[in-house]
Amino acid sequence: MSRRPARPSVPVTIDGEEHLAYEGETILDLARRVGVRIPTLCQLDGLSVYGGCRLCVVQTEGDHRLKPACATEVTGDLEVTTSTHEIREHRRRIVELLFAEGNHICAFCVSTGHCELQDLATEHNVDHIHYDYEYPRNTVDASHPKYLLDRDRCVLCTRCVRVCDEFEGAHVWDIANRGSESRIVAGLDIPWGESESCTWCGKCVLVCPTGALSFKGRSTGEMVHDPEVISFLSRARREGEWVGRKEQV
Amino acid sequence: MARNIIDLDDIASVELEARSRYTHRALVCSSTGCLSAGAATVRSTLEAELEQADRGQDVQVVPTGCPGLCSRGPLVRVESRGPTTTHYEQVDEDAARAIVRDHLIGGQPATEARITPEDLPFYVKQHRVVLAYAGTIDPERLEDYVAAGGYRALSKALSTLSPENVIEEIAAAGLRGRGGAGYPAARKWKLLHDAPGDEKYVVANGDEGDPGAFMDRTIMDSDPHRVLEGLALAAYATGASLGYLYVRAEYPLAIERLERAIRAAKRAKLLGRNVLGSKFSFDVEVRVGAGAFVCGEETALMASIEGRRGNPELRPPYPTERGLWGQPTMINNVETLANVPAIIDQGAAAFAAVGTEASPGTKVFALAGSLTNTGLIEVPMGIPLRDIVFEMGGGIPKGLAFKAAQTGGPSGGCIPERFLDTPVDYEHLRELGSMMGSGGLVVMDETVRMPEVARFYMEFCRDESCGKCAPCRVGTVKMHAFLDRICRGVGRQRDLQHLESLCRTVRETSLCGLGQSAPNPVFSTLEHFRDEYVELLVEDEVFQGPEALAAASPGGAR
Repeated sequence: MSRRPARPSVPVTIDGEEHLAYEGETILDLARRVGVRIPTLCQLDGLSVYGGCRLCVVQTEGDHRLKPACATEVTGDLEVTTSTHEIREHRRRIVELLFAEGNHICAFCVSTGHCELQDLATEHNVDHIHYDYEYPRNTVDASHPKYLLDRDRCVLCTRCVRVCDEFEGAHVWDIANRGSESRIVAGLDIPWGESESCTWCGKCVLVCPTGALSFKGRSTGEMVHDPEVISFLSRARREGEWVGRKEQV
Repeated sequence: MARNIIDLDDIASVELEARSRYTHRALVCSSTGCLSAGAATVRSTLEAELEQADRGQDVQVVPTGCPGLCSRGPLVRVESRGPTTTHYEQVDEDAARAIVRDHLIGGQPATEARITPEDLPFYVKQHRVVLAYAGTIDPERLEDYVAAGGYRALSKALSTLSPENVIEEIAAAGLRGRGGAGYPAARKWKLLHDAPGDEKYVVANGDEGDPGAFMDRTIMDSDPHRVLEGLALAAYATGASLGYLYVRAEYPLAIERLERAIRAAKRAKLLGRNVLGSKFSFDVEVRVGAGAFVCGEETALMASIEGRRGNPELRPPYPTERGLWGQPTMINNVETLANVPAIIDQGAAAFAAVGTEASPGTKVFALAGSLTNTGLIEVPMGIPLRDIVFEMGGGIPKGLAFKAAQTGGPSGGCIPERFLDTPVDYEHLRELGSMMGSGGLVVMDETVRMPEVARFYMEFCRDESCGKCAPCRVGTVKMHAFLDRICRGVGRQRDLQHLESLCRTVRETSLCGLGQSAPNPVFSTLEHFRDEYVELLVEDEVFQGPEALAAASPGGAR
């Protein structure tokens, strides 16, 4: 990845205010840099763009479809609207769908209080959902000595899949089946603890936005994830921030 | 270069001379439809009877592709010197014996077998370009295709046209993508032609998956060489050196015949290094899908070819910028490519003379549902839907009334009776809230309940969703649940409201075309048949306020 040009030069309007963006920057990057909040879930700085949760959709002038801010690069004189009543309604419905799909019981969750899905629900005023809960019969994988996978809490953001593949290079995780049957599996659907490619690094646990992946032994509300570690590692690698690399210091 | 044409002419003249030795040729449809109706037995009966009568040297029995009238199969057509042609339908073993005895030996049409009238609108209203040879040639023999005029376009392009000329010709013809969206083919070709790099790919998309659609399957199993020739021309025009034919695993016959066609074309120097002695080299491989509807989406299709999970990717970058293995790639529908040889051979003007100004040419439709004649037709663009349903399709059986025609499969919509005179082309169908789609056309009669139709298509989308993006993965499940509740007669007004709002969210926020268009059958049936939904609803429970409760209590209001 090349380093950023010194100066932002692309004029972009976000919600009526003009900003200068770096070339190749995404709408989400720019919005975050200038302090405009766009909700996200699957996106994580440092990991490849997935575009699966669709929470970051924004309206761009002249396009008839909403665009994912995480994957859309800025172009000159782009006009972006990040929040209309309709967009907020779409986002709220998507959050509701995520709750309907899994078995998200906050009261018993290791991550309650530190959960990105929970935060999104609060942000979008989701105090109940308009759809029936699916109550799927999911399985818990407790075979790993250190970590735990509870598929009831998984939102299929694939952060774990991507971090394991792109950072650790182990590619333990992947998605099996399709559609509403999709689920996270280790290896070719073996118990996590039997996976020979897993290095026990725990990055997947750090980046999980919900309580689906956790350290063993944590009780309700005790599991605090730290996805920023990955963002830091990525930025440090890109910007050459490693201590001891003389040419960069 | 002149040698090339002579080579092809040699093949053709040998073939035609061999044919002229026969007094009759019995063409037996050996496409998927007729094979499942027993065409293989018919063919072996014909051959055995001729053998027994020792007339094998006078009559040639030829397995062919699909003439189209699938509902009356197995179909046999007898071509005699003269030349006259007799079409037989619903041929069984007894009818086959009668045809041999009376017609192939006796010289008179067999009265015991059913003869299709010559002026049947199903046939006479067609204009066959893509299906020109379907039903008249043996799809497993290269010689048959060449004798009918095949590979003439490729030879012409290689010897007299530059790649730019080929693209100009396609542009002049106004050919639009037949996969559904109708994107101008020449524009896509130009993008790949202009893309930098030496390593480029062209892909024929044969992953047809709409319920009730079998256009691409029939094109591939009835005239595989035409698809190959179209792909080779696309490669020549765009500078690609490798092509893929992506075919779903559910089409074993098409796969077998395409592979056979590739081998034959390579032997004849029509594929491979230095095609027909020119500088153009081009190779083709068949890739078989694993039965996912979403793999018809171009980014998912490429993932599947690369051996990865068939999930759609975000666009841009478009395949012509970054496609297979990061190289520029172009994906065309099988039917689009099958139009190309005719355009190059007969010229853009001849092609554009048919159809409408904005949608030139013809379109193949798979007629299915409540119709007297079902099967495959190729009609000029702009033909009124009424002609297709009532003339070619022969109307609705059992005296029932027409209700709606569904086009575009799970991405399309239903067209009610009052729009039957609409010309069938890309723009008009879109205006009606439906779409051309790849060409499935399902006719429904008055007994069909439209909410159930919507539920059927939503069930399909739910089962075929890849699960990558949340709105489609969960939204299709929920939309189906609402539709199911309404269809079972337990839905309420608010279910309908939530269904509609959810449909909007799924359409606006889904990642790929499958999700974005999944609500279309709901939107279109709601637009034209809202009454049927409302009729099924039960009344909302009304919140009982304290006053009402008090009034209803035995003590009365206090």
